[in-house]
Amino acid sequence: MTATTVDGATAPQAAAPSRAVSTVTPKAAIALGVVLALYALLLLLAPHEGDARFRLSTERDLFVLPTLEVPALATAWVCAAIGLAVVALAVVRNLGGRRVPLWGTVLYAAALLVGFLAWAAAGSPRDLSVVGLLSGAVVLCVPIVYGALGGVIGERAGVVNIAIEGQLLAGAFTAAIVGSLTNSPWAGLLAAMVASVLVALVLGLFAITYKVNQIIVGVVLNVLVIGLTSFLYSQVLVPSAEVLNTTTRFARIPIPFLERIPLLGPVLFNQTIVVYLMFVMVFAVWFALYRTRWGLRVRAVGEHPKAADTVGIDVVRTRYRAVVTAGAVAGIGGAFYTVVSINQFNREMTAGAGFIALAAVIFGKWNPVRAALAGLLFGFATNLQNVLSVVGSPVPSQFMLMLPYVVTLLAVAGLVGRSRPPAADGVPYTKE
Amino acid sequence: MRLELRGITKRFGALVANDHIDLVVEPGEIHSLLGENGAGKSTLMNVLYGLYTADEGQILLDDEVQRFDGPGDAMAAGIGMVHQHFMLVPVFTVAENVMLGHESTRAGGVLDLDSAREVVREISARFGFHVDPDALVEDLPVGVQQRVEIIKALSRNADVLVLDEPTAVLTPQETDELMGIMRQLRDEGVAIVFITHKLREVRAVADRITVIRHGRVVGEASPTATDAELASLMVGRAVELTVHKETPRLGDNALEVRDLVVTSPDGQPLVDGVSFTVRGGEVLVVAGVQGNGQTELTEALLGLHESARGSIRLDGHEIVGRSVRRILDAGVGFVPEDRTEDGLVAEFTIAENLILNRTDGPPFVRGGSLQLDARDDFAREKVAEFDVRTQGIDVPVGRLSGGNQQKVVLARELSRDLRLLVAAQPTRGVDVGSIEFIHKRIVATRDAGIPVVVVSTELDEAVALADRIMVMYRGKVVGIVPSTTPRDVLGLMMAGIAPETEGEAA
Repeated sequence: MTATTVDGATAPQAAAPSRAVSTVTPKAAIALGVVLALYALLLLLAPHEGDARFRLSTERDLFVLPTLEVPALATAWVCAAIGLAVVALAVVRNLGGRRVPLWGTVLYAAALLVGFLAWAAAGSPRDLSVVGLLSGAVVLCVPIVYGALGGVIGERAGVVNIAIEGQLLAGAFTAAIVGSLTNSPWAGLLAAMVASVLVALVLGLFAITYKVNQIIVGVVLNVLVIGLTSFLYSQVLVPSAEVLNTTTRFARIPIPFLERIPLLGPVLFNQTIVVYLMFVMVFAVWFALYRTRWGLRVRAVGEHPKAADTVGIDVVRTRYRAVVTAGAVAGIGGAFYTVVSINQFNREMTAGAGFIALAAVIFGKWNPVRAALAGLLFGFATNLQNVLSVVGSPVPSQFMLMLPYVVTLLAVAGLVGRSRPPAADGVPYTKE
Repeated sequence: MRLELRGITKRFGALVANDHIDLVVEPGEIHSLLGENGAGKSTLMNVLYGLYTADEGQILLDDEVQRFDGPGDAMAAGIGMVHQHFMLVPVFTVAENVMLGHESTRAGGVLDLDSAREVVREISARFGFHVDPDALVEDLPVGVQQRVEIIKALSRNADVLVLDEPTAVLTPQETDELMGIMRQLRDEGVAIVFITHKLREVRAVADRITVIRHGRVVGEASPTATDAELASLMVGRAVELTVHKETPRLGDNALEVRDLVVTSPDGQPLVDGVSFTVRGGEVLVVAGVQGNGQTELTEALLGLHESARGSIRLDGHEIVGRSVRRILDAGVGFVPEDRTEDGLVAEFTIAENLILNRTDGPPFVRGGSLQLDARDDFAREKVAEFDVRTQGIDVPVGRLSGGNQQKVVLARELSRDLRLLVAAQPTRGVDVGSIEFIHKRIVATRDAGIPVVVVSTELDEAVALADRIMVMYRGKVVGIVPSTTPRDVLGLMMAGIAPETEGEAA
C-alpha cells in the first residue's frame, strides 16, 4: 500500500445525502383500478343472490346492536361504486402530480372489503360475526406484531434480522416445554424470551462480531431452528406429550365494563395478558426509539455508525443490546403459539409468520407503530379466511388460504410507497 | 489547553504513516499542519482523537500524559474534531446530532431535547452561526453542516479543536467565513489544529505552520513564507506552481453543447439546460463546488447517462444517444473523477489497464486473442513517456500512488487519436510533483488543437489551466468568464450569484 491510500482509508464514504424525493407516479391509480376491475369481474361472473347478515353484537354487551341484514348484490355494487369514485379521485390527483390522500385509500379498502364480505356471505345460513372477524384478527396478529417490533429494533440498529421466524419458533417450542413442566404460562413466556434471545445472540455473534452476511446468517438460523425443533418434537415431545407438551394457557382477562362496549369491547378488552402487553409494547418501543437516549443511540448506529463512534458510542455494544432486546420482544410472540393460542407445540407451527413480520417491518417503514398496524392488517387477512370458511364462502378454501400472503405481497410491492431503510441497515461496522 | 505530541509513530504493516512526529499547539493559536495527500496528517489526527492507537509516542495535554482508547476518551479530555467527511447523522436534527453521545436526560433515560436546543442556540448566537436546532441535517447546506460539527465540538467544551481539511467542500466565501470563526475561537483561547494542503489558506489564517512529508515533520514555517517556499518544503524540491501556456490558437473544430439536461432516476434535474462551446485549442474549466452537476455533465459527454437530453455535437456530429463505445471511437478521451472507481481496475496490471478501452481489435487484439507482445511494448513506451514510477509494467495498478495511477489513466486516454479530452478532477489526490506533469500534458493536448474540458473544484487549478471558466451551480451554468476574472467574482459565482457584467457568451 502506498502512503496515499492510507489517508484515503481513514475517510470512507460519508453517508451521502441521498434523499428519497417523492415523485408521483400513476402507480397508485393503476393499482386501485386493476383491483376494482377484478372485484367487478367477480360480481359479474359469480353473482351471489340473497341477503347477507352481519352480526355486530354479542349477548354480554351493554346494549345490543341489531344484526345488519342487507341485499348482498346491491350492497356489493354500491361498494363498487364507492371504489370507482376513489379510483376517479386517484386518477385526477395523480394527473395533477399529487398523491392519493390516505382517507381515499382507506375508504376504498373499506368499501371493497364490505362489498366482498356481503357477496361472500350472501344466502349463508349463518350470520357473519363482525366481532369474531375483528377479535380474531387482533389475536392472530399477535406473533406478527411482536416479531415486527423485534425486527424494527434490530434494523434500526443496523442489523437485519431474517431469523424472526426462527426466534418465534424457538420461543414457541421452549414455552411449550417449560410451560408444561411448570404448569405456569408465565414460566413458558419467560422461557420463550430466553430462547429467542439465544437465537438473537447467535445472530449477533455472526452478524456483528464476525461480520458475516446478515441475510445468510438469518436464513441459516431459520433452517437450524426448524430442523432442531422438528427433530426434538418427534423424538422428545411426541413420546411424552402428557408431561412435556401440554401447557396451561393464559386465561382471558375481561376488563370490567369496557369489555361490554358493543363491538369494541369484545375485540379489545376481552383478551389475554399477552395481547394487552402488545398494545403497551407498541407504544413502549415507539417511545424508547424516539424519546430516549437508548433510542437515539440505537438509531445513530443504524444510520451512521462511524459518526456514533466518533462521539464515543460503542457501536458493537449498542448493536448487541438492540439485537438482544429485539430477541426478547420476538420471544413473546413465540410464546403466543403455545401458551396463548393452543396448548401444545406442533412441528413448524409458526408457518411463516416471522417472514410476514419481516414484511410488516418494511411495510411499516421501520416505524414500530406503522409496523404494528401492518401486522394487524396481515392478521386480519388471515382471520378473514377463517371467518369466510365458517360462513361457507363460495371461494375455494385453498384460495382463501393464500389471502394473507397475497396481501403481504401486494402491500410490500405496491402500496408501501417510497421508504428509506436505516442507512447502515445490514452493514457490519468495521472499526479502523 | 496546551497540546503536545511526542514521537508519535504509527505503522500500517510495512508502511510507516507517522514517523516520530513531534508537535506542540499552544492555547490561542492556530497551528497549521501542512502536507500533501498521503503525508500522514489525517493518520496523526486519528491517533490524537483515539481512533488509532499509536505504536510509539505520547500525547500530552497541559503536560499530562493521556491515554485514549477511543474518541470518547479524547473528547472527555477536551479534544474536538471536525472530520473531513462530516460525522453527522443525516436524518437527525441539529439538536439530536449535537447531543448524541452526551445526552442530557430526564428520569428514565428520556431525552431532554429542550436543553440540547438551548445549547445549540447559545453557541450559535455566540458565533453568529444562525443554525436552527430543529432543522434536519440532510436539509442543510454543507457549510452549515460544518458549523453543526463545530457546535458539536464546542458543546463538549473542546479546548483543542482539530479541523481536518475543512475547506474541501466549501465555496471561497464559506472558506472566508470559516476562517473568521477560527480566528474568533482562537481569540477565546482554543488551540486549533488546521489540517490542509492549500497554501493560500495556511498563509491567511495560521499562526504557526508545521510541514509533514512522508510521515515525518520536515520543518516549521512562518505564515510570511511564500507559496513557493511552502510548496518546496511540502514536496521536498522546488516546484513550478504556475502553468505556462501560450495564448490559445483556436481551431475550427469544436465541442458544442446545447440545452443539455440530465435527470436523476427520481426525476430531479442534475444538469439543467447547460449550453457551451469549446473550440479546438482551448481549455474550458468547469468550476464550482462539488456536487453541482459537474460529474453528471462529464458523464453525459461520454454517453454514460441514458437520461441525457439536448444536443452534444463534436466536430458537427451529434453524439447524444450514441453508445459509449461509439463515442470513444469518435475520439473522446475521458479521465474520470474517481480513478479507482471508474478509471482503473485496481487488480489489473499497468499494461492491462493501459489497453482497457482498446480491446476491440488490432493492434492489441487479433482474432479474439490478446497480443501480449504488442501490449507490453506499448506499456513500456507509455510508462517511460508519462514518467510512471513503477517497478515494472506487470505491477497491479492498485499498488501505485495516486499520482502514478492518474498518469496511467492519462497515458491511456492521450495515446488514442483524440478529438476531445474530458478530464474530471485530474489532480485530485495527486502529489504536487505529478500535478505539474499532468497540467503540462493537458496544456500540450490543448496546444495540439484539441478542445479540452476540465472539471475542477480547486479555484487555483481552474485559474491556472483555463482559457475560459464555466461556473456551475445546482446544475445550471452561472456564467462563462475569462480566466483573468477576479477570484472573489468567481467565488460568488460558485455560490450561484452571476457576475454583473455577463462574461463572453457561451
